[in-house]
Formats: sequence, structure tokens, C-alpha cells
Amino acid sequence: MIYFNNVSKVYNKDGVALDDVTFSVAGGEFVSVVGHSGAGKTTLVKMILAEDRPTAGTVFFESVNIHKLKNGDLTKLRRRIGVVFQDFKLLSNKTAYENVAFAMEALGKTDEEIAADVPHVLELVDLGNKVFHFPHQMSGGEQQRLAIARAIVNQPELIIADEPTGNLDPINTFEVVQIFKKINDLGTTVILTTHNRGVVDSIQKRVVTLEKGKIIRDDKEGKYVL
Amino acid sequence: MTNLRRIIKAGFTNFRRGGLVSWAAVLIVTITLSVITALVLLQAVLSYSLAQIKDKVDVTIYFNVGAPEDQITLLKSSLEKLPEVAEVTYTSAEEALALFRERHKDDYPTIQALDEIKENPLGAYLNIRAREVSQYETIANFLKSDNALTLGGEGIIDKVNYHQNKLVIDRLNSIISGAQKLGFLITLILIVISIIITFNTIRLTIFISKEEIGVMRLVGASNTGIRGPFMVEGAIYGVVATLVTLFIFWPITHFLGKSMTEFWGLNLYDYYLSNFLQILILVLLSGVLLGMISSFLAIRKYLNK
Repeated sequence: MIYFNNVSKVYNKDGVALDDVTFSVAGGEFVSVVGHSGAGKTTLVKMILAEDRPTAGTVFFESVNIHKLKNGDLTKLRRRIGVVFQDFKLLSNKTAYENVAFAMEALGKTDEEIAADVPHVLELVDLGNKVFHFPHQMSGGEQQRLAIARAIVNQPELIIADEPTGNLDPINTFEVVQIFKKINDLGTTVILTTHNRGVVDSIQKRVVTLEKGKIIRDDKEGKYVL
Repeated sequence: MTNLRRIIKAGFTNFRRGGLVSWAAVLIVTITLSVITALVLLQAVLSYSLAQIKDKVDVTIYFNVGAPEDQITLLKSSLEKLPEVAEVTYTSAEEALALFRERHKDDYPTIQALDEIKENPLGAYLNIRAREVSQYETIANFLKSDNALTLGGEGIIDKVNYHQNKLVIDRLNSIISGAQKLGFLITLILIVISIIITFNTIRLTIFISKEEIGVMRLVGASNTGIRGPFMVEGAIYGVVATLVTLFIFWPITHFLGKSMTEFWGLNLYDYYLSNFLQILILVLLSGVLLGMISSFLAIRKYLNK
């Protein structure tokens, strides 16, 4: 599904974020990308979302070269990917309901579909009682679950979660990871970046380890080894 | 259709939730619209005063006593054919006498002297008004020209007071055109300044939403879907600011109408009320366009990244 071919990203002479990275992710996989801060995890994610361009190499989403897409096609690509960030990136002036509904509106879903799906998804991430709360009225864990609800509501083919548990306490971290596992069980590809050993070890799926922009390990059923 | 409805709804919701930021933007747009309204009213006062002054300028041709009326009428009709001439009024010798008596009715010695003479010492005259102050010169030249002379003008014209008034007319002419140019220039400068300030304020309100715009893009919203609500919000700033502006100017013009009418010769309150629809359309259009175009331009920067 995702193919990195000799991808490098150099921000400046001394700052090499990705160094000749080649790997692929198959449909339905759950891949944890681990590494210290600054190892290049977020850069890797930005390459897939075309938020940043590689200095060398190519990134393909199925048969499409992501960085050759025009603005309109890029929007269409992003609609096939659900994204969850460490800092949630919710729309602060919209309620929980509206945040999720916005993602559906972006895809041109009808009012009926929105009215049917949004409460369902919010229930799924256990936010059924916070439907009309604004993000600032919710805890970190709740905000992250809302971000996940938004990411999954359009049933994307791929979910990318960039340090989704970075701002959460252990209990919320556990809950969020369980949600991702459930999503993956339902057939959605998940790419999760983290530097949380407990998270990686509890998932027991493929682990890609980055160090200084290079892939140093790629284990089928890996553990956090650094 | 669904899209448009969602965009408009989102614009209203954002405006409502924007709170202080929304009202700050409305305030700035209100100031801009107030400047525009004030300038419209000022132009009205200025052009009214200028028209008043212009109206006082005229040229009179005095004829000799006993000049035949048909020759005068001939000259009058040929004057009326000049494109520069707005109006020619003929006052016959008898009317001139009656006006003279009327004007001096309290001046007993003059009236007595007039009675003493028995016959009418006054000649008829033509009063000419030009469309523009600057055109009196042309009319005066026409009177000197062959055209007027062949009409027998030379024999019957006693004097034309243009040459006595020339200095005043010339000076007035330069003052009027100067005032109009200056007024236009000041209007232009003030409007440009207010537009720049408004544009920057709206740019700031959108800058605050910079992060949100990024998130919307990541979620997969189309450019129209992102830009639309901001433009609707800009239009709402314009509409609300229009209402506030027109409401503010109601007591202001009322006060000015009461206290300044004699000074200006124009009741500003009456002017405001009788031209309310035109002012409303002008201000509303300026406000809405200003808000929408500013939003459109300000958000472009964040969409093309």
C-alpha cells in the first residue's frame, strides 16, 4: 500500500531527517515506527501526507507518486487517510460533534449520513456523553479519542497516528491503543509512531525502528529494542 | 446546494463563536464605512455650497433705452442656442422700472426724482446664466464676436457687466475647481487608508485561524470548503457594520441638521433621510465587498502552501 524508495530528507547540512529509507507497508498491516525523538518518525509521516517533500527518492500510495500530485488530487488522497496527531489538532471552535461532522462534510456526505454516523463513532470512542463539548472542555484523553473518531469516521484505508499517546497518562494510553487495535482488526491499515515502550510491546505487531534517519530494525512481531 | 448551505451556516457559527475577535473586526469595518459615509455627506455639503455660489454668478447685458424688442429677442434666442448657456431671462424696460421702484420704495427722494422724469430712464436687460462658471468667458466672447454684431447687437448694447465681474468670476472659478480636486483627493486618500486598515484587521482574524486552516486541509476539506465560511464571515462583518454605521449617523445628522443648517444652507438630516436608500446601498456594498475580498485575499496565503 505504501512504498518508500530510497527516500532521503535533508533539512540542512547537519540535520538529516531521513537517510535512504526503503520499506513498504501492506494493506491491513499494523506497523509501529519507533525511535528516539529526532530519529525521523514525524518526517516519515509527513512524507506520506505530502506535508513535506523528500530531498531524494519517491513515496508511492498504491500506484500514485504522492509528491507528483496536484493540489486537488492531494486533497482526494488525504481523504483516504485518517490522521491522529500528538497535539490532537482539533478545530477549537467546533464541538465534538461538529469536529467529526466536518471531516464527513469535507467528503460531501449527506446530512442523513452525518446524523447517522457521527453519534455512532463518538459512542465507539466512548464520547457519547460529550457530544456538544468543545475541545477545551475535554481532557487530553478525551480530545485524543475525539481525534481518532474524526480520523476513522470516513472509514479510511489507512490511519496514521503520530505519537498519539505522547500527551496521555497510562490509562488513557492503554484505551487509545486498544481503539487502534480494534480499528486494525476491522481491516484498516495503521501506521503508528511512538517512543513508548509499553505501547509497542503490548501491540505485538510489526515494528520498524529508526535511528538517525535510518531503518536499523524491521521485525515482524517486534518489541521495542533500542 | 448542500455545500453552500453548510458554508453559510459555518460562517454564521464562526462569527458567533468568534466573540471579541468578530466584534473587533466589525468595529474596524464600521470605522471604514463611517469614513465613507462622512465623505459622502461632506461631498453633498460641498457640492451644495458650490452650486449656491455658482448660482450667484451671472452676466447681464444692459441695452440702450428704447432698443427695439425684436432685436433683443433675436439676440436672446441666439444666446439660448449656445451650448454653454443654461438660461437667459429677459427683463423689459417696464419690468426693470417696476423692479427699481420696488427696490427703492422706502427711498423717497429717488422715487420722487423718477416721477419727475416722467419717462422710463431704464433700458431692458438680458440675464445670462452659464452651466459652468468657466464658460462665461466664451459667452462674453460670443457677444463681442461678429455673430452678435450682425444681429444688431452693437447698436443696442449699452454695456455687458462681464468685464467688471471678470476678476471675481475667475477667482471663484479657480477656487471651485481647486476645492473639487482637493475634496476628491482627500476622499481617495482616506478611503484607501481605511481599506488598508480593514484588510489588515481581517488578515489578523484569519491569521488567528491559521492552525485551524491547516487542520481542515489535513482532514481533506476542499479550498472552497475552507475559504467559504471565512468569506461569509467577512460579509457578515460588512452587514453588521453597515447597520451600526447607518444607525450612528442618524443622531449625528439630526444634530448637524439642527445646528449647522444655517451655516451650510443644507439640512444634512433631510439630505440623509431623503438619500437614505442610496447611502444604504453604497455603504452595504462597500462593507460586504470589503469584508469578502479581504477574507478571500487573506486566506489565499494559507491555502496555497
